[in-house]
Amino acid sequence: MVEFALPANSKVGQGKTHPAPAGAKRTKEFRVYRWSPDDGAKPRMDSYIIDLDQCGPMVLDALIKIKNEVDSSLTFRRSCREGICGSCAMNIDGTNTLACLKPIDAVKGAVRINPLPHMPVVKDLVPDLTQAYAQLRSIEPWMQADTPPPPDSERRQSPDERAALDGMWECILCFCCTTSCPSYWWNGDRYLGPAVLLAAYRWIADSRDEATGKRLDALEDPFKLYRCHTIMNCTQTCPKGLNPAKAIGKIKQLLVERQV
Amino acid sequence: MSASKMEITPMRSTLGRVRGLGSAKSGTGHWWGQRLTAIALVPLAIWFVLTLLAHLGAPHEAVAHWIGRPVNAVLLLALIVALFHHLHLGLQVVIEDYIHGEGARLAVLLLMRAAVALLFLTAFVAILRMAL
Repeated sequence: MVEFALPANSKVGQGKTHPAPAGAKRTKEFRVYRWSPDDGAKPRMDSYIIDLDQCGPMVLDALIKIKNEVDSSLTFRRSCREGICGSCAMNIDGTNTLACLKPIDAVKGAVRINPLPHMPVVKDLVPDLTQAYAQLRSIEPWMQADTPPPPDSERRQSPDERAALDGMWECILCFCCTTSCPSYWWNGDRYLGPAVLLAAYRWIADSRDEATGKRLDALEDPFKLYRCHTIMNCTQTCPKGLNPAKAIGKIKQLLVERQV
Repeated sequence: MSASKMEITPMRSTLGRVRGLGSAKSGTGHWWGQRLTAIALVPLAIWFVLTLLAHLGAPHEAVAHWIGRPVNAVLLLALIVALFHHLHLGLQVVIEDYIHGEGARLAVLLLMRAAVALLFLTAFVAILRMAL
């Protein structure tokens, strides 16, 4: 049946508070989810009071400052710090987004930071995305064409054909959308989720790809595709401003189109 | 479904688990049927509510006479068909969303279908009895 309550060992308690350094004038509280597989303790929210005058403008800057100067045990993923690698996806102030693109100023009150929702946690803010990556692999996100490419040149596309991929190639696979989707929360073992369906449509829409029918066959399933109920959390939360719900709608449209 | 399979083969690769039993190659008819019945229900429901309001307080004979007209009987039957088809499609989605465990899901689905079918037949026969 539906699980309305968290498992007993998932109740999040109050953790330690790290006060602001002496003399700090402009402070902000960061309440960060902490859990480690090693100590057997329940998850907790640690508070860090940060001097904003000694910190960069983004939430990621604050996390890095905390790790460098306050608590080196804090664990999170980050790499490019400019919204192109997708590593620092997390739930900030109740919304999935990239810590490197989220200005601290945009959050009123304490900044609550949790790992991406409803995924297994490896440690602190690091979610286990193994299943989501396998789902991406399952839709075969690469060019499939029987026609060989022209000798010594690329497969060509008209500007319009290339434009059909806009809004999809920009996806950085941070899985903010997938982990914001209630359908994925309830049926993530079978539903592919918005990020993977956006990637699937990216290849369906590619004029150079010749496996469109096979791709649609593989998606035509009550669970893999049709768990999408157009809730639109995916589109609302995408830190890159993309529209996975629209891509899923296009897939549904094509599936009807090939029947009528 | 996959959960039970995971228990049987815990060492299966994630990709194998995610691919699962493959695509059912169905679901489009279900989704499209839900949209079509929803569209059909808009004019039918408006027509039904308006005529109900027009017959507020009317005696039984007047209502029976109204249903006895073929146009009204046909539209009423169309409303019932679209309504119960839509109901069954919608409830199926809710059950598939929220009830996990293959056995429980199948049992509730079958119970729901039986209940909707019986309600549909009841409404259908009631209209036919008054119309014929």
